[in-house]
Amino acid sequence: MEATLPGHADTHGDGHHGHPPSGLMRWLTTTNHKDIGTMYLWFSFAMFMVGGVMALTIRAELFQPGLQIVEPERFNQMTTLHGLIMVFGAIMPTFVGFANWMIPMQIGAKDMAFGRMNNWSFWLLPPAATLLVASLFVPGGAAAAGWTLYAPLTVQQQGIGMDLTIFAVHILGMSSIMGSINIITTILNLRAPGMTLMKMPMFPWTWLITAYLIIAVMPVLAGAVTMILTDRHFGTSFFSAAGGGDPVLFQHVFWFFGHPEVYIIILPGFGVISQVIQAFSRKPLFGYASMVYATASIAILSFFVWAHHMYTTGMPVGGQLYFMYATMLIAIPTGVKVFNWIATMWRGALSFETPMLFALGFIVLFTLGGFSGLVLAMTPVDVQMQDTYYVVAHFHYVMVAGALFSAFAATYYWLPKWTGHMYDETMGKVHFWMSLVFFNMTFFVQHFLGLAGMPRRIPDYALQFTEFNQISTIGAFGFGLSQLLFLYNVITCIRGGPKAPAKPWDGAEGLEWDLPSPAPYHSWETQPTVK
Amino acid sequence: MTKQAKCANMVQLAGLLVLLAVSGWAQAEYKLNFQQPATKIAQNVYDLHVWMMYVCAFIFVVVFSVMFYSVLNHRKSSGRTPATFHESTKVEILWTIVPTIILLLMAWPVTSTLLEMRDSTNPDITIKATGYQWKWGYDYLKGEGEGIRFMSMMSTPQEQIHNQSPKGDHYLLEVDNHVVVPVGKKVRMLTTANDVIHAWFVPALAIKQDAIPGFIRDAAFRADREGIFRGQCAELCGKDHAYMPIVVEVVSQAKYTAWVADQQKKMAAAADDPSKVWTLPELVKRGETVYLANCVACHQANGKGLAPVFPPLDGSKIATGPKAGHIGIVVNGKTGTAMAAFGKQLSDADLAAVITYERNAWSNKTGELVQPNEIKAARQ
Repeated sequence: MEATLPGHADTHGDGHHGHPPSGLMRWLTTTNHKDIGTMYLWFSFAMFMVGGVMALTIRAELFQPGLQIVEPERFNQMTTLHGLIMVFGAIMPTFVGFANWMIPMQIGAKDMAFGRMNNWSFWLLPPAATLLVASLFVPGGAAAAGWTLYAPLTVQQQGIGMDLTIFAVHILGMSSIMGSINIITTILNLRAPGMTLMKMPMFPWTWLITAYLIIAVMPVLAGAVTMILTDRHFGTSFFSAAGGGDPVLFQHVFWFFGHPEVYIIILPGFGVISQVIQAFSRKPLFGYASMVYATASIAILSFFVWAHHMYTTGMPVGGQLYFMYATMLIAIPTGVKVFNWIATMWRGALSFETPMLFALGFIVLFTLGGFSGLVLAMTPVDVQMQDTYYVVAHFHYVMVAGALFSAFAATYYWLPKWTGHMYDETMGKVHFWMSLVFFNMTFFVQHFLGLAGMPRRIPDYALQFTEFNQISTIGAFGFGLSQLLFLYNVITCIRGGPKAPAKPWDGAEGLEWDLPSPAPYHSWETQPTVK
Repeated sequence: MTKQAKCANMVQLAGLLVLLAVSGWAQAEYKLNFQQPATKIAQNVYDLHVWMMYVCAFIFVVVFSVMFYSVLNHRKSSGRTPATFHESTKVEILWTIVPTIILLLMAWPVTSTLLEMRDSTNPDITIKATGYQWKWGYDYLKGEGEGIRFMSMMSTPQEQIHNQSPKGDHYLLEVDNHVVVPVGKKVRMLTTANDVIHAWFVPALAIKQDAIPGFIRDAAFRADREGIFRGQCAELCGKDHAYMPIVVEVVSQAKYTAWVADQQKKMAAAADDPSKVWTLPELVKRGETVYLANCVACHQANGKGLAPVFPPLDGSKIATGPKAGHIGIVVNGKTGTAMAAFGKQLSDADLAAVITYERNAWSNKTGELVQPNEIKAARQ
């Protein structure tokens, strides 16, 4: 273990020779997993703010029927970029940030396997994000076909905004693939002696599985958007019937990526929740082996269900039945995980600090999102709900009350380790309760909007949808403002605050809690031995 | 504060809330479920969903009662020591098998409803719905009413959309020409599209079918009551995706027969005399109506378009240059852009009129006119 004086963190580039870079050059050239993790986390928070402003633009326009704030073309650009930025710029990099910070410390490794590739994986992101945001300002505006980029609308769209988006998607995919190669190699090769895979904590486990998913499906997305690009500019007709192609082909290729993608988004969150629930129950995780197998089952099953996003495209009824049954199956391992978390709590000694509050909120609300997913899986019911606000409600429950809440849990849980200070617990709790209330205000009513028949991706709506839209908009602004409280708490914690011990959470398990807080710049230079 | 005072306050508060609820908010729409079904299958779907809600609610209550019990009773603050158990194969098997059984029980009724839904054999009437950017076109292909065809565009005025006049009751859900069908007869809807993917969605009939360019899909319904049922396009199709609604009017058999006769008369009358020679003012006047119905969404009422995606017509080379070029692009569209081939949608007279209008409106002063037979020739 490193001996470090408080406040004198070792910031050498590699600690062994010459003058370490400082200032901008430090961040540009670092190969240190903690530095890179920090950059991912700040980048993703910035993207949350950008995506959030787009969401608030959407909700502001939808406060009343009629067009008040943006014209329909701009509105479609907002919905498209909100989705792309939140999925690829915010939520995915957040979990890569946690992976970078925590996986080496949790497995007893001194850093990720490939330091320079790690640096590149991060630095690809700001240019990609710039391309996406810049596309708003080019003639014709940004891509306006929804984050799902269906052909032929994307092939038809004039202007280079669509092409910039395709380029950005390629770059984002490259970053994810390289990051995943790094994570797999690190986990499979650099674990401390004695840490067999079945002794590894849940967070690295879920990331190991997620990394394989990423490598399998990101190239598929790249293929799909490349076919759009060639249909647009190079005379191909993959998606045009007149040329012998089929628009539905795009949907198959996209959703073959798209469905595993949503599990890529949530599985690392599951890993965080397993660790947080265990820590604040002061009891070992119930059914560790089942949790590993359930995660792997979910990942494998995710490849077989993509066309439940396509029930209304006109596939034969046998196809609809198959995809319906396969989709229902995923509920089983997911249910096992929820039951195991509750069994971990059962007869434990619970305390309710902020990470635990977010974890409990996750379990309840993610399950709700899972139920609406099950309802959507039922084809005859999906015929009524597809492309309505019911779908929007479903995926925001699992991605915001699911993935984002688990990211908040992770941040509060590990902030003391990263910064050496405790965050303000009262402010953390207020952040939780405000997020919980405003999130539900925003999205619960959207289930009813979908049931009533309100379609998605419309800037203007029929009068009977007004009241729920107004409630949703007020909730959205409340939710957005609540996040400023989080930002304030994090910044204050970084700058100072009560000193955090090595293990601020008395029930927590894991090698990271054997390191001092803040963790030294280079940790586990001598690997621990795990019994 | 005394108990009595507290009580009085509560009563006052309750009274205020009741007043609020009764006054304004009673008018508001807080609908919580699907629209009222108008077919047997839509009723099945409605019931299926209600049943699923009960099952999910039951599971939610059972599971989270356990969790909340734990939250309340297994707190460290009460001084307890945590248990140490951390696995049980028996329990894991139980909570894998029980959900599986619940899912199997759900799967059966859902399967049978789906099979019924997908049966579009032996229809009484077949209607093709074609999605355009941004309106629907209907062709009655087979059965009573065969041969009827019309476009159906949203009839909500732009002033209402831009908040310059109060919104009507059926804001965004009203069209100029309804899809009329007889009650109790099986109607097969074929869907396709002219440009990008649209979707034909009418909630009360439990129909949603993608309309895919170059392909034909189908769906079927048998309305079991008369009424007007409104729906919208349900696949993002560009800027006016929100503005291409669907209105299905289900009428008695007698009324339907009368409507069919009426439509056929109208179509015969609307067929313009092919030998008529039109004057410039006649063409411009008709052309302006056609322009406002078909072109204004992109090229705007002032002809200035929305650069760079929708080019201006006012002062454009095409609208002031050789007629042949102008006719060509209006009749055939321009591939790779949003400019549709209006030759497929409009009659010779309408096309001649709108091209003439464009060549003589705003600052365009060609003084030229286009006769319908020039359009007919251009189509060869």
